[in-house]
Amino acid sequence: MSRWPLRLSRRKFLRNTAFGATAAAGFLHAPAILRAQSATAKIGVLHPVSGALSYSGQQGRLGATMAIDDINAAGGIKALGGAKIDPMLGDAQSTPDGGNAEVEKMNAAGVCAIVGGYASAICLAASQTAARYDLPYVVDVGVVDSIVTRGLKNTFRFGPGFGVIAKTALDNLVAINDQAGKPAKTAMIVHEDSAFGAGLAKLLNAQLPDRGFQVLETIAHPTPTREFENVVLKIKAQNPDLVIPANYYNEYVLLARTMQQQRVRPKGIYSVLGGAASSYKFVKEFPEAAQYIMDCNHWFDPKNPKALDLKKRVEDKRQFYTYEVYMNYSCILLLADAIERASSTDRAKITDALARSTFSGHVMPYGPTKFIDGQNQGAAPVNTQVLGNDIQVILPAQFASAKPVFPIPPA
Amino acid sequence: MLSPVILVPAVINGLMAGAVYALVALGLTLIYGVLHIINFAHGALLTAAMFAAFFAFTLLSIDPYLAAIVLTPLFFGVGYAMQRFIIGPAAHGEDRSFLLVTLGLAVVIENTLLYFFRADTRTINLPYAFDVIEIGPAFVAVPRVIAFAAVIAVAIGLWTFMRWTDTGKAIRAVAKEKLGAELCGINVAHISAVTFGVGTACVAIAACLLIPSYYVNPTAGEAFVLIAFTIVVLGGMGSIAGALLGGLCVGVVESVSSIFLGQSLGQIGIFIMFIAVLLARPGGLFGARL
Repeated sequence: MSRWPLRLSRRKFLRNTAFGATAAAGFLHAPAILRAQSATAKIGVLHPVSGALSYSGQQGRLGATMAIDDINAAGGIKALGGAKIDPMLGDAQSTPDGGNAEVEKMNAAGVCAIVGGYASAICLAASQTAARYDLPYVVDVGVVDSIVTRGLKNTFRFGPGFGVIAKTALDNLVAINDQAGKPAKTAMIVHEDSAFGAGLAKLLNAQLPDRGFQVLETIAHPTPTREFENVVLKIKAQNPDLVIPANYYNEYVLLARTMQQQRVRPKGIYSVLGGAASSYKFVKEFPEAAQYIMDCNHWFDPKNPKALDLKKRVEDKRQFYTYEVYMNYSCILLLADAIERASSTDRAKITDALARSTFSGHVMPYGPTKFIDGQNQGAAPVNTQVLGNDIQVILPAQFASAKPVFPIPPA
Repeated sequence: MLSPVILVPAVINGLMAGAVYALVALGLTLIYGVLHIINFAHGALLTAAMFAAFFAFTLLSIDPYLAAIVLTPLFFGVGYAMQRFIIGPAAHGEDRSFLLVTLGLAVVIENTLLYFFRADTRTINLPYAFDVIEIGPAFVAVPRVIAFAAVIAVAIGLWTFMRWTDTGKAIRAVAKEKLGAELCGINVAHISAVTFGVGTACVAIAACLLIPSYYVNPTAGEAFVLIAFTIVVLGGMGSIAGALLGGLCVGVVESVSSIFLGQSLGQIGIFIMFIAVLLARPGGLFGARL
């Protein structure tokens, strides 16, 4: 093996980069195979733990490492003679390029699969890079539908995508409104102006009128924005029944607090993948501003003891039990199950095992796991509402822990 | 859309925001008026001061308004030292060199902040940040009212200082006629550094007033400095009253135009006004007639 660098001359390496890269990859693979035999399964755990998305990235990493610790404490991968999972932690630095660079490093280090990405843009880039090496990639959150519609055989998304979430959100909104005697007829959308917020606003603008809601105005704002007074003044002037925010955590909190400050109380605040709407951090820090906010988002199964035990352990670490934590926890368990069934750290065998997965040991309120073109068909969002100092599931009925309070009672 | 329910609060919000713009512009206009330096490091210094106020609160639990008492003299010292030991000696009195030296300092300061604190956007939460005072139909946030009052006080203080104290008189003398001032026994290098220090101290106060309701990251100051440059030109180069009035005008125009054009495009209004004023009065509102 030590003769390799001698045989691979620098000139030849430079003349043909593709050949050079393949050869280098092959060279770097070698120790990984040796390591696999020494009873560990090396996996890549990729999150944006620095930069604009660092909070979410760190939460995701927390969930993933807790799952790995649990699996290792319970005896590792039994089909591999109790092989321990050896995580290689990567920082995508909140950019797609950062994600790509980490995937290259992980591939070179010989991981057998990668979990993570968090943001849609990072997931899109990282899974594509991983596909070049036939490296199985489990998307933890990334909701953009194109992540699973590009025909990549290596990419699997355990959680729901944008299309399903938006449809569920609108169905549930109609259901909640009908149940209350249709008090809401008008809505205003406040969205951040990048792909996520603008995409959602466009979709809502197209679909809300068909479902009997008039959109009075759609207001875009950049991220970050540090004052919402003028936005709230406009809401005050239009006086809509519903305010629908689509923005990230900081702006969401600021909008809700400014509405509270300016005493603007619509009949409901209803968000789809709301940046802060179903965050324990928001509810704990600003309970009054968060009160009665409804959201259609990722959530754990409140009736699953495993999910509640995880919640307690996360809170014991003085961390918030956010969706990044339990989604990553579930994704690692999903992958470990696939490695177990593949009885191998071979990438192709794991990909195959993931594609045929019917894994049920997760903590999410999903239907039976079944992957079609990499998308878990059982994945679904739920509707939550901030009630008192807690966040309750209000829909679907089989997972609900409370009934919706709508319209918001007068102060 | 022109209902007073929106318009009155929008104008009041604009005045409050404009006051802080004015304070940043005050520092800039002072440095320009006396030293004829277009200080490109102004924004970076504002960012540095915001970080200082941020960490004073998060690490030492010092309220930003109290932190101003410490940070103002501290940044005066920083500004004094920068002019006395870096900008002055490095520029050799040439305007072109001033430009490059301050630009270089801005790059160094911003990247040092980036290296140590990364690109993360940070905010602080003060218990009273969302308390409001009712002014007519408007609910105005307490930090904005405090900022407005503080800026007016600082502007009056600065005007008094320039008008009545010996140092103020010396600064004005240096601004008018450098050689003459030197012949009268004024230490020009010292007075120049004092001026730069006072300008930088203004920035430190502005940072402490901003941090309760704004965010900080290594490029946070830039947004203000672009507006501050506009205000300086609008109000007339070197004019304290011009900077104050220009700042308030810009704040109101920005606030009202963001109501009509949307959050992302609100600043268009500022530049339309800017061009209009320069066409009518090329020297600015309070500047010398050209």
